[in-house]
Amino acid sequence: MSEANASATRITPGNALRPEDIALQEAAPDHAVAQYALWLGDDALILAQRLGWWISRAPELEEDVALANIALDQIGHARSFLTYAGRAWGRTEDDLAYFRREPEFRSVHLVEQPNGDFARTIARQLIVALYQWELYSRLVHSTDATLAAIAAKAVKEVDYHRDHSIQWVLRLALGTDESRRRMIAGLTLTGPYIDELFTDYPLIDELGDAGVRPSSLRAPFDAALQAVLGEAELELPAVPGAVGGGRLGRHSEHLGYILAELQVLAREHPGASW
Amino acid sequence: MTGGSTTGDDGATAPSSGLQEERVAWPLWEVFVRSSRGLSHVHAGSLHAPDAEMAVRNARDLYTRRNEGVSLWVVPASSIITSDPDAKDSFFESPQGKDYRHATYYTKSEGVKHL
Repeated sequence: MSEANASATRITPGNALRPEDIALQEAAPDHAVAQYALWLGDDALILAQRLGWWISRAPELEEDVALANIALDQIGHARSFLTYAGRAWGRTEDDLAYFRREPEFRSVHLVEQPNGDFARTIARQLIVALYQWELYSRLVHSTDATLAAIAAKAVKEVDYHRDHSIQWVLRLALGTDESRRRMIAGLTLTGPYIDELFTDYPLIDELGDAGVRPSSLRAPFDAALQAVLGEAELELPAVPGAVGGGRLGRHSEHLGYILAELQVLAREHPGASW
Repeated sequence: MTGGSTTGDDGATAPSSGLQEERVAWPLWEVFVRSSRGLSHVHAGSLHAPDAEMAVRNARDLYTRRNEGVSLWVVPASSIITSDPDAKDSFFESPQGKDYRHATYYTKSEGVKHL
């Protein structure tokens, strides 16, 4: 950890850490920190790929741009986390994004879930954004300077994602009968994937104060979610939790298709640049 | 499934209620961006949004992604009263030949300092 801190000289306030900076750092994360960065990076990467589908398909041009911007923010977070993780194994962000197989990905099932209609995407966005905000706003205090710097940049962007999804949940839930029905359907389909976000794995014990214990985020997350649902006159549908296991490389049937689309170009033309 | 995407709408759309309401376009908003402290808000363009709060957010996404602004105004386009384009002559051409409307038309009086 002291090595990682020594590399923090590149991180200055007002000059957000870029993936290119991380790639140039001399210090590499230890295995536990790298694995943790992989978790967070994969969540962001798969979510970005899902959100990118909306480009040219959103209900209005302005919303098209909003969802694309959120996807781009997530790609930025993924690039930083994966670049940092890759330094432990001598691999680049592209190696990790394009040349890993499905069981090597560590993303949670929530981000793999289908976009469905706009309301279902917003339900997923609400859960992800509330979770990521609670996570990153604590990760800024990580003893690992690089993780802290990535979180410091990400938390401001996720704060906006949170606001975006809350605004839409309110409008859909309190709009027409049809929009409310769709919002409830979206939450019902998304609810089962919440529990996995807060599962502690043994890796968390190895991380110490470099990471954030997932179970410690449950209470603030629930409070934040309840506040939104209360204002929207909604209740979280009582649905049992789905079987998780994304952090162990066990994924739902969706990830393979997502990766096929994400990776096909890089695998067809290895080393290509554009 | 249209578009051939493997990762999009996997039959997950909520069942339709069978009601196809006529789509109403969102109202138009005009966006004004202040690029930095001390400068005026400048008209940047327009956008569609369902209400004022979403208009500010859409404006943020469309007009301030690259550090363009420190402040945003949005105004319903319907609230802006414009001059009549057909009345251009009577509105804007009358100053021609009326140099005396400019300070430079006048010669400085003797003895007046700091003018």
